[in-house]
Amino acid sequence: MSNENKDQFRPEDHANDHFLLTTVVGSYPKPKWLNRAKELYEDPEHGFDEDDYQEAKDDAARLITNEHERAGLDVVVDGEMRRNEMVEFFAHRIEGYEFNGPVKVWGHNYFDKPSVVSDVEYTDSWLVDEYKFTADATDRPVKVPITGPYTLASWSFNEAYEDDAELAYALADLVNEEIEKLVDAGARYIQIDEPALATTPDDHAIVGEALEHIVEDIPEDVRIGLHVCYGDYSRIYPEILEFPVDEFDLELANGDYDQLDVFKDPEFTADLALGVTDVHVAEAESVEQIEENIKKGLEVVPPEQLVLSPDCGVKLLPREVAYGKMANMVEAARNVEADLDAGNIDIERGAPTPADD
Amino acid sequence: MENIKRRYSLAVGTMTEYVSTTPGLFPLPDWAKDDLSDLKGHQKHDLISGDEGEETTAAYETAREEVIDVQDDAGLDRIVEGQLRWDDMLAHPLAVNDAVETRGIVRYYDNNNFYREPVVQDELEASGDVAAELEATADLTDGDLQAVLPGPYSLADLATDEQYGDDAEFLAAIGEFLADEVDAFPDVETLFLLEPSLVESAPEDGEDERASEAIDQVARATDADVVVQPYWGALEEKVYAHLLDADIDAVGFDFVANQDDNLYNIQEYGATDSASLGLADGQSTLVEDAEAIRDRVDWVEDQLQVTEFETVYLTTNTETFYLPYNKFEEKLAVLAEAAELAEVKAA
Repeated sequence: MSNENKDQFRPEDHANDHFLLTTVVGSYPKPKWLNRAKELYEDPEHGFDEDDYQEAKDDAARLITNEHERAGLDVVVDGEMRRNEMVEFFAHRIEGYEFNGPVKVWGHNYFDKPSVVSDVEYTDSWLVDEYKFTADATDRPVKVPITGPYTLASWSFNEAYEDDAELAYALADLVNEEIEKLVDAGARYIQIDEPALATTPDDHAIVGEALEHIVEDIPEDVRIGLHVCYGDYSRIYPEILEFPVDEFDLELANGDYDQLDVFKDPEFTADLALGVTDVHVAEAESVEQIEENIKKGLEVVPPEQLVLSPDCGVKLLPREVAYGKMANMVEAARNVEADLDAGNIDIERGAPTPADD
Repeated sequence: MENIKRRYSLAVGTMTEYVSTTPGLFPLPDWAKDDLSDLKGHQKHDLISGDEGEETTAAYETAREEVIDVQDDAGLDRIVEGQLRWDDMLAHPLAVNDAVETRGIVRYYDNNNFYREPVVQDELEASGDVAAELEATADLTDGDLQAVLPGPYSLADLATDEQYGDDAEFLAAIGEFLADEVDAFPDVETLFLLEPSLVESAPEDGEDERASEAIDQVARATDADVVVQPYWGALEEKVYAHLLDADIDAVGFDFVANQDDNLYNIQEYGATDSASLGLADGQSTLVEDAEAIRDRVDWVEDQLQVTEFETVYLTTNTETFYLPYNKFEEKLAVLAEAAELAEVKAA
């Protein structure tokens, strides 16, 4: 069995017959000097100007793309070096948004929750420059993560639309426009991030409808993934199988795969990008441990449909730990591929058979 | 439920008083967000303990003064302390209590907000933490003071019990605990008991009656007018009917979240002599017009032709800490103006 959509990312010199695509969700720890550069840029007393800060971000994007290459990832990202927060970054680029100041999340953790005050509109592209820069900095395929419209709507104040669903659909049309531009620029792998779905799983139909807007007129062979994390998956599965995406990127290592069975019945018909390292543990799992985690994925889908990534963005980890997780993940992937080639892996897939008693 | 319909027996011809107020739990001024996160930190063990140091106390005092000025300047008819120290929102009175251990971070109702899970591990005793805040507030304003507390049902719902072992007993203990806290209060004009859990995790048969009894116990601990404010929807019929049995002066109605069911409850079961109308959205940056809010008051009163309330409290439906500080200030000003407009019209 082959999987053309996934195999377009297979490296020409891939050593094994089997191919378990390795990638990341998106964010990566920023080098400390980049945060320092931002402080200097924001300090009106300092001569460190916009061009200097731009240069620092370029350097960081090149550095982290290269770090992903060194770790051996098949598909790389720039670690979202240019992005501050997943809603703010996009809200600043979309007409119709306004910022009024920080609001509390918990304790003294705040975020600049924006307000949608008029119809949202697409003006300049959000990510094409970022994509082109990263694609120029590497020979490997580049994935583009985009915060999904449902999350952009849910994590904003909505002053302008009838309800959050209407706002999400309007934003989805803008995401669609952006993806068209990204595809024109050469992008082949887009990931829509919808963490808000986990907190309001009953809204899965809204997310599905928004995705229909997103993929309209996007060529079939452009790979579209959906990332969801930290939720009760039984409340969105199997409904999400109807979504028009090629791949679901799911956090499962954090819960030690206690929700794995959810995806066994009915059959998982899309590609599964399985979280095989836990981003909330500040220590790189061993190669052997990650191999075991990869095999969990094979209980759900055949190797052709399996993709490997960390549970979620790794930006809160110490950088060397983040690197260790990537490198070990790639090594584990290659080991499991070799074992699959050799016929050494025999895993029963699908729903567990009820015990006889 | 013997009180049903009794409360329609309102004196005819009395004039309704319109009182602008809030359910408290304000956002910190932006400078205080910065200063306090530097002073306290960002992690869960950095949150308020009830014995904070000198600098932290001073920052909160300055911030309190500021939000009291905001209320005075807006012309609100009731002044609250602002509950700026309540890192754990409505769970605060337990989170700072000696009999309670705070554990992991848990979701605050259906919001993108979190608080520390308070686990009651010992016999609860009032600490005077809220009373001290009110004393400090009394020194800062000449306005009429309003105290704010979680209602007993919501506080029990937000907490975990490892001491009392039985839901009914735990709820009664929380009721007694809150009554003792209220007992230590300075003189206040009004007491708001916030009860979102009555909507969000509605009590079942039997539990609804006990919730009403626990509220009654807290209400009897004060001479102030007591307003019980549920929000994020309307109460289930039976829950509402039982609530009317408690010795309280007003029930609150969240008309932002649900109009029909709230009206139905009032029409079907009657109401307390006074009412609190949540008409400004505490979770939206869209600032309502004062006239629009006044019109909504008229609309509610028109729907209830037989009823004339003694006092109508005009308030946001929820706490306001969800808002950026500038929008919070604007909401308060609008409420004060709307109450003035309603008074003028009534006169």
